[in-house]
Amino acid sequence: MTRADRTWEKVCPVDELETERGVAALVHGQAVAIFRTHDGQIYAVGNHDPFAKASVLARGIVGTREGIPFVASPMHKHAFDLRTGRCLDDEHTSVPAFDVLVEDGIVHVGARREVA
Amino acid sequence: MTHLRATLVVVGHGMVAHRFVQAAIERGLTETHDIVVLGEEPRPAYDRVALTSFFAADSPDELSLLPEGEYADPRVRLVLDAAVTEIDRPGRAVTYVSPTPRPSLDPPHEPLTGPGEVHTLGYDVLVLATGAAPFVPPVAGRDKDGCFVYRTIEDLEAIRTASRDATSGIVIGGGLLGLEAANALVQLGLDTHVVEMAPRLMPVQLDPAAGATLVRHVEQLGVNVHAGVLTEAITGNDFVTGLRLRPAGTEEGHETETIDAQVVVFSAGIRPRDALARECGLDVASRGGILVDEQCRSSDEHVFAIGECAAPGGTMYGLVAPGYAMAEVVVDTLLDGPGTFDGADMSTKLKLLGVDVATFGDAFATTDGALELVFSDAVAGIYKKLVVSEPDPANGSYRLLGGILVGDASAYGVLRPLVSSGIALPANPEELILPAGRGGVKLGMTDEAQVCSCNDVSKGDILVAVRDEGCEDVKSVRACTRAGSTCGSCVNVVKNIIEEHFASVGKVVDKGLCEHFPLSRQELFDIVAVHGYRRFDDIVEAHGTGRGCDVCKPAIASILASQFNGHVLDRDNRQLQDTNDAYLANIQRNGTYSVVPRIPGGEITPDKLIVIGEVARDFSLYTKITGGQRIDLFGARMEELPAIWRRLVDAGFESGHAYGKSLRTVKSCVGSTWCRFGVQDSVGLAITLEQRYRGLRSPHKLKGGVSGCARECAEARGKDFGVIATEKGWNLYVGGNGGAVPAHARLLAGDLDTETLVSYLDRFLMYYVRTADRLQRTVGWVDQLDGGLDRVREVVVDDALGLGAELEAEMDRHVGSYFDEWKATLEDPEKLGRFVSFVNAPDTPDPSISFTEERGQIRPAEPGVPVVLATTIPVGAPAGTGGLR
Repeated sequence: MTRADRTWEKVCPVDELETERGVAALVHGQAVAIFRTHDGQIYAVGNHDPFAKASVLARGIVGTREGIPFVASPMHKHAFDLRTGRCLDDEHTSVPAFDVLVEDGIVHVGARREVA
Repeated sequence: MTHLRATLVVVGHGMVAHRFVQAAIERGLTETHDIVVLGEEPRPAYDRVALTSFFAADSPDELSLLPEGEYADPRVRLVLDAAVTEIDRPGRAVTYVSPTPRPSLDPPHEPLTGPGEVHTLGYDVLVLATGAAPFVPPVAGRDKDGCFVYRTIEDLEAIRTASRDATSGIVIGGGLLGLEAANALVQLGLDTHVVEMAPRLMPVQLDPAAGATLVRHVEQLGVNVHAGVLTEAITGNDFVTGLRLRPAGTEEGHETETIDAQVVVFSAGIRPRDALARECGLDVASRGGILVDEQCRSSDEHVFAIGECAAPGGTMYGLVAPGYAMAEVVVDTLLDGPGTFDGADMSTKLKLLGVDVATFGDAFATTDGALELVFSDAVAGIYKKLVVSEPDPANGSYRLLGGILVGDASAYGVLRPLVSSGIALPANPEELILPAGRGGVKLGMTDEAQVCSCNDVSKGDILVAVRDEGCEDVKSVRACTRAGSTCGSCVNVVKNIIEEHFASVGKVVDKGLCEHFPLSRQELFDIVAVHGYRRFDDIVEAHGTGRGCDVCKPAIASILASQFNGHVLDRDNRQLQDTNDAYLANIQRNGTYSVVPRIPGGEITPDKLIVIGEVARDFSLYTKITGGQRIDLFGARMEELPAIWRRLVDAGFESGHAYGKSLRTVKSCVGSTWCRFGVQDSVGLAITLEQRYRGLRSPHKLKGGVSGCARECAEARGKDFGVIATEKGWNLYVGGNGGAVPAHARLLAGDLDTETLVSYLDRFLMYYVRTADRLQRTVGWVDQLDGGLDRVREVVVDDALGLGAELEAEMDRHVGSYFDEWKATLEDPEKLGRFVSFVNAPDTPDPSISFTEERGQIRPAEPGVPVVLATTIPVGAPAGTGGLR
């Protein structure tokens, strides 16, 4: 897969991502929350909190729960696995997770990840 | 030596009989006795006290005390469906009938027998536990279809069947059981009436005021209470159609009232089932019940009686706890032990139709010289009465004799043991029932104090279980001692005793903040102070694990802010900030924010008021006056916050910290400047205090209030710190709040001059900031300090720790380093950089936010699925499902 692939969309320079502090971006018309964790990994999940029904996840606190990188929604603190979008407090709920790639210092967000 | 085994026959298998058998097995009586239990009902003993929960249970087995259907000890035989018809005392034998087995298809060839099989069973010892039967008063029509009693699971099943075609039901009798029966009818969906001859509900247990409080509660639950009435007749031909009533004390022929109903439940008291005993010539008490001595032995030395069928010393006891005590006494006697039954504690605590009701000890103040202390809040539906002794002539102290609690019986667990232990009450016994005294009064319990009255378990018994038998929690203590296994009202006291014990032996109770830090907030606070850490990364690397979470990060952010008062959006710490601190505004349900400028003391000039109005109008914000005397502007998009604040800061406003765990407001009344009653300048002091403590980050939000006279118009005692003017100066109250668990602030010190007041407040607030737990309001912090408010007074007023100067210096440092967070943010482009809707489309407002209008202002539109803007490439789920699964 390359940048030429139409599923990838440029978002911002990777330097604009602060460690453990999210940003919201518009990707293919959807609000996506993008995070950079302490180990330098970049993750992208849907910005919409399905519990609070508001587009806010990028503003949540980022941390780890038993080693899993997660964001806690700023609304009611539901935790979402940054890798899969799965809610760690409610196995029946998840948000979409997207492929991320950094090329030439630019963060690209790609297709929605298939989650088993 | 040959030792013949004896046969012990128990007649009845209710709760008390079951307890008797359990005790007999546990204490080894079955080593010498074979036990045969003859139960009349088709099922083994069940929890009759919890009978109302039958409708909520999935099956009758949930109430069973013996779900296995038989005892594990093979020397005990349980025979059900066995009705004892005769006792032959000279021949020491009982005769019982077991019913004809019903025709059954499995196996199909099972033989039919005659009309009940008659058996005779010899005994060496006979224990009668036949219980009691409901009393049905001789009312005309009581035999009609639709009349029931309330005693067994079969009764409940019959009531349930009848209720299917009924709309309305009546319970005759407003006592404890009557209200339980009413609860059953309510659960069955019937329009429910309770009819009571006495002028109030529960006349035996409650005084008139308590009864009236209970009536208000019960009526609010939709039950119609008819007190002070006589039932003249049950109307209808074959089937019940209603009940005819007339006022109590009137003659027949007086005007009557009729209530329509298709179900009538009699619950007018119980009578001991002593017929078998009467027929075989045993002595019975004049008011019914088998007369027994203090060993529960009847007039025949081979026959004992326990539970509701017995009348020790002529008195019958209609509660389960005395029955259990009698069961234990008989087992003890048969083992040649010294146990005796010497009367019973008739204390009760129950939830009737969801209303707490408790009575204990001498509830009607019949003791000579007894005094009553009453707290009554008709609005909240709370009535509490304590009956105390005359003051002890030696030291003036009171002892608790009894009491009544309606609407809030949470104090029962503390109060009832005080009656039996007889320890002296604190100097102000009213504190025990006043809401403000909540948790503030700590009382030592002696080891003898009874904790569980149902099972007679003392504090000492629980300590033995914890100390010597390895119990570590309520569950294991319950299994070991039976404490809390019957009515459950003492469970919290049991829990406290266990925790107190572990604390006293220094056993580590996990106070860790979260999975990342095994430390309490106070320990973290000290670590930060000692090491001078400024960054989360350094703290978690040295003292924690992982990368933190939404619990520890804001807690550490708050600790760093309390100690160093840096900007919460500084680079190293902004990723730690909780939802609202992260954007210096309060997030609302649709992801927009509200803005609250500080208005110290609630005082504002017309010009500034106009600025707020103009800003709200220009940015289309919804405005509302807050409870803290300021103005909240709602509906600001995150990217609009800097522009809104630019206007506010230019007009001289600063952050109100409504978003922080920090000082919110100091509310004031208008005080001596304008008010003809005011004695001090409350507005001036409120402004001074609000400006002194503004920006102070604390474990939870902090609110203050200042009233200019004792009329307390500023509601200062509802705040974490409240100041009330006196002729001589100021009274300082601490530890109040509103919210879900309201508390009145309590007096810390009185008649202070302003300088002393400020120094005490400095010390109080800093001591709280240093030592409180995360998200702990001042009241909870004060109450959990060893010594409570007295301890706070020692530290703050008496300076017992010698910390006073240090605490004041810390506060001075905070005051000296204060700056307006919003002004500083506006001056720093780096901090402003994050106030954008989308990092790659900063000029596009979030399309998921929309508003409608209500009463002339905006309000959030109903939330929908995530909004997709001009989708160019399909990503994830098809549009329309919104990408959500």
